[in-house]
Amino acid sequence: MDIHEYQAKEILSEFGVTVPRGGLAYSPEQAAYRAREMGGDKWIVKAQVHAGGRGKAGGVQMCTNDTEIINAASSMLGKKLVTHQTGPEGKGVYRLYVEAGVSIDREIYLGFVLDRTSQRIMIVASSQGGMEIEEISESSPESIVRATIDPAVGLVEFQAREIAFKLDVEPALTQQMVRTLMGCFKAFQELDATMVEINPLVITTDNRVIALDAKMTFDDNALFRHSHISELRDKSQEDPRESHAADRGLSYVGLEGNIGCIVNGAGLAMATMDTIKAAGGDPANFLDIGGGATPERVGKAFRLVRSDPKVEAILVNIFAGINRCDWVAEGVVQALRDEPIDIPVIVRLSGTNVAEGQKILADSGLPIIRAATLKEAADRSVAAWKADNTKATS
Amino acid sequence: MSILIDKETKVLVQGITGRMAQFHTQEMMDYGTNVVAGVTPGKGGEVVNGVPVFNTVKDAVEATGAQASLVFVPPPFAADSIMEAADAGIEYCVCITDGIPAQDMMRVKRYMKRYREEKRMVLTGPNCAGTISPGKGFLGIMPPHIYKEGPVGIVGRSGTLGYEAASQLADLGIGVSTSVGIGGDPINGSSFRDILELFENDADTKVIALIGEIGGPQEAEAAEYIRDHMTKPVVAYVAGLTAPKGRTMGHAGAIISAFGESASEKVEILSAAGVTVARHPSDIGETIASVL
Repeated sequence: MDIHEYQAKEILSEFGVTVPRGGLAYSPEQAAYRAREMGGDKWIVKAQVHAGGRGKAGGVQMCTNDTEIINAASSMLGKKLVTHQTGPEGKGVYRLYVEAGVSIDREIYLGFVLDRTSQRIMIVASSQGGMEIEEISESSPESIVRATIDPAVGLVEFQAREIAFKLDVEPALTQQMVRTLMGCFKAFQELDATMVEINPLVITTDNRVIALDAKMTFDDNALFRHSHISELRDKSQEDPRESHAADRGLSYVGLEGNIGCIVNGAGLAMATMDTIKAAGGDPANFLDIGGGATPERVGKAFRLVRSDPKVEAILVNIFAGINRCDWVAEGVVQALRDEPIDIPVIVRLSGTNVAEGQKILADSGLPIIRAATLKEAADRSVAAWKADNTKATS
Repeated sequence: MSILIDKETKVLVQGITGRMAQFHTQEMMDYGTNVVAGVTPGKGGEVVNGVPVFNTVKDAVEATGAQASLVFVPPPFAADSIMEAADAGIEYCVCITDGIPAQDMMRVKRYMKRYREEKRMVLTGPNCAGTISPGKGFLGIMPPHIYKEGPVGIVGRSGTLGYEAASQLADLGIGVSTSVGIGGDPINGSSFRDILELFENDADTKVIALIGEIGGPQEAEAAEYIRDHMTKPVVAYVAGLTAPKGRTMGHAGAIISAFGESASEKVEILSAAGVTVARHPSDIGETIASVL
């Protein structure tokens, strides 16, 4: 689960990380009021969206007076911000964060991630802050410093000092760097984060170490023990179909194509998408309805996939293991009787009682296209989708 | 022979009193798996499916000599159960539970390091379908009847995609020595490489099928091991060619977040290491048949 920058900063500052003064605003007037409240002569108005690359997209603007703040805020609020991370549809801006400007001497990149090779939390830092880590590893990989953390002892101070020295931070600021690193690590560990990124971490001209931006992602599997973190979830930043699916225990990811997929198991679901692509089609979604596909889940899945207006054919691929194909087939027939459908539906069943399942589909009288193998299912889906499209346009 | 589990392996089920655990315990027993005990803290003394239940894994091991454990415990408590099994001297543990916090699994991995390598429990999963040695026994939730006995070792992350591969093989009259699910989580007990090593040393396994997916470094690590240390042919399939970058595809670990983690990059890395890669999931069975 992602949270907003201002929320991440609030959390990190509780763990000892220094952040600029700032305030949240829901309207241009409130943004100007926040600026006056904190004083100074330079403020940054920042769109709060769950995506990086805001600066280049106009989602971060520096202002020096009320009019500029109101104009900047009006240009963002209620609009969709499109950055290279949001996809073409963008993310809605409903909250702004107004921050006191700071005078920057140098910018550092600081990230904490779950490293799957060492199976530990890893610190990734670079003296080349301000750029994204992908760009840094392209342009100056030698600047990247890494350290893994032993889960039994946690981050040890000498490791934090080593990083500070490797980044050429002035010795007088070592303690501030250590406090920042320890704070990030403690927040990461105690709150079950999967990512903490401060980019940039800046050293100001008056020698303070400050987190100018902050991003935190949390382990969905651990939210049960952090209710105050779950409360930070902002559904306005999620794809509505994906949140709807997640709330019903289905795993759904929307894609660009038009052949909807209903599959049990994540690996088989990905394999099904790949086979559709290989057959000359484009999958509209990833959908895993869980290893054991019950008829209720099949019904929910149909409603979900059909709610995507791009979908012009639906491929159901179920490997019935513990449950039986005849049972799944009944679920499919029931779902189609309850809510009839006017686009091609292709069903491939495999596993226990497959013959009985096929018979139920055949005897239903519904125009279900049946397939025996995954490849056949994909080929027939693409063919049926093309035929249906020709019919619709002629 | 087979790897990890055979007919004699004495099995205990952690969390046996749960509804799903009872169902799958019965399935395992019907297949011939030697289930000797169950553990649910506070329910010691009960009997489930004719199997005695103990309060602790230590008690169960002492009373029954259980060697392998199947963890069916809910996510908040599963990591604790795995560590309990490791401490009680269980040799092999399969964790089915989906949804264990990643940092809990880091602590499990760190905890297991306290035992010398030769005494260290082997863990597969979490978030997997389990392990089956056809005709001998199984620890897991897979439909056992789709697996025929034979020479192919299967190791994969996904449950149903593994079933797909096994049933394609069965349709061609080809059987399986052992099939191992390593699970879809980012932090897991055994990697592809760990299981490949077991298959390389198993006399009954002639060919290995590796079924990977997007995300993580374990396919690349396996490729290196295959290139440098394996004599047996390996066939691979990697799911997720059409998966977008940065999105989690069902499995917590199925996310492309770094270089080398996409399906096409993994296919390239495996091919370069001499692995025969099936381009489409429908070709897995035939590709294996072609190298047998």
